[in-house]
Amino acid sequence: MTIAPASLAAHPPHLFPDYASTRKRAPAKPLVLIPATLTELSGPVYGHETVSGDEGDLTRQHAGEPLGERIIVTGRVLDEEGRPVPNTLLEIWQANAAGRYVHLRDQHPAPLDPNFTGAGRAVTDQDGRYRFTTVKPGAYPWRNHPNAWRPAHIHFSLFGPSFLSRLVTQMYFPGDPLFAFDPIFNAIPDARARERLVARFDLATTEPEWALGYQFDIVLRGRDATPIEEPHDD
Amino acid sequence: MTERPDGITPSQTVGPFFAYALTPEGYATPAIFSNDLATEDSVGERIRIEGYVIDGDGEPIVDAMVELWQPDGRGRFATASERANGAFSGFGRTQVDSNGFFAFATVKPGAVAGPDGARQAPHIAVTIFARGLLRQLVTRIYFADEAANAVDPILSLVPAERRATLIAERRERGAAPVYTFNIRLQGEGETVFFEA
Repeated sequence: MTIAPASLAAHPPHLFPDYASTRKRAPAKPLVLIPATLTELSGPVYGHETVSGDEGDLTRQHAGEPLGERIIVTGRVLDEEGRPVPNTLLEIWQANAAGRYVHLRDQHPAPLDPNFTGAGRAVTDQDGRYRFTTVKPGAYPWRNHPNAWRPAHIHFSLFGPSFLSRLVTQMYFPGDPLFAFDPIFNAIPDARARERLVARFDLATTEPEWALGYQFDIVLRGRDATPIEEPHDD
Repeated sequence: MTERPDGITPSQTVGPFFAYALTPEGYATPAIFSNDLATEDSVGERIRIEGYVIDGDGEPIVDAMVELWQPDGRGRFATASERANGAFSGFGRTQVDSNGFFAFATVKPGAVAGPDGARQAPHIAVTIFARGLLRQLVTRIYFADEAANAVDPILSLVPAERRATLIAERRERGAAPVYTFNIRLQGEGETVFFEA
């Protein structure tokens, strides 16, 4: 009998009816629990070779500087035991300061910023640390329920050391008045787990007369499961 | 220094607007991943994987992202250093099109080790992200022409009447045979999704 690791209880359920899009997309049948095999314990491991130096600065991708509040977002990628995850790829994307995405299907009548795309990449160093420079994204409306607005957020995508550590999530900003109304944030059952998605304002990270600093650590599933030895024939 | 964290970081949906970062064809962002995994040196039979992502109403989902993870034709998963040296990466990523359709060009994977010394039938691990998925869904593609399916230790954990949702049928078309694998998130013929 395979038992799902207890740490997975931090995740939101697949079906959360307040988030309307889950209703026709969440599986109705229970997931089939399987042991982690070589397939799951290996993984697409991506690091430095995938990123050129400046992809972590989203304010320098165009001829001019984007409008908005310049921010630094930095933190460490850790495993469940608190060990750093070095040389792992982070991909981020976000709305601009007005709350508008570059995506072709975004219909929000807020201005695009010709100096801001909103996509960036970085790789962790030996201490698991990453760093982005960007602008603070705006809140934006969506059609989930009447007068629905998403709290300001930055999307993160990470690989980590194995197929099991793959994570897509969103980072939020402290004190956002929209938290109480957001079904995506509140789909996470545990308040302490929700708090882990809220970055911490940090004066030490803040650069005088330049940019506000936020710290956001990310904890991925650990490497505690023992990989199965795969005999190599060459 | 290595204080144990409070817990893992919870998942949140990829949302509807990821393409310009994660699958940025047509945007200014340079793409680093693609749906073409096979390189000249890749070991294994060249195949295509094609299918649709479908919701609980039977409607195509037009804003999903699909990722593959697999070994090469010998059953070898690339390590990061091997891949950096041009070996078969085993990883692919694509966005479905406006019909909910996705396609990959790859090689047919070989068998790999399984639990307790058993062998696993050839398979590809699949991850699906989409608006409305608060957490990714994980499934596996097995191949209809593999006798080893009958004794695969993971397939044997799946109720017999649902196993067919994991088995891609083979069709000859041009240079590379096509395996069809539709992903039904909910309802009749719902694809089996795994938790490991």
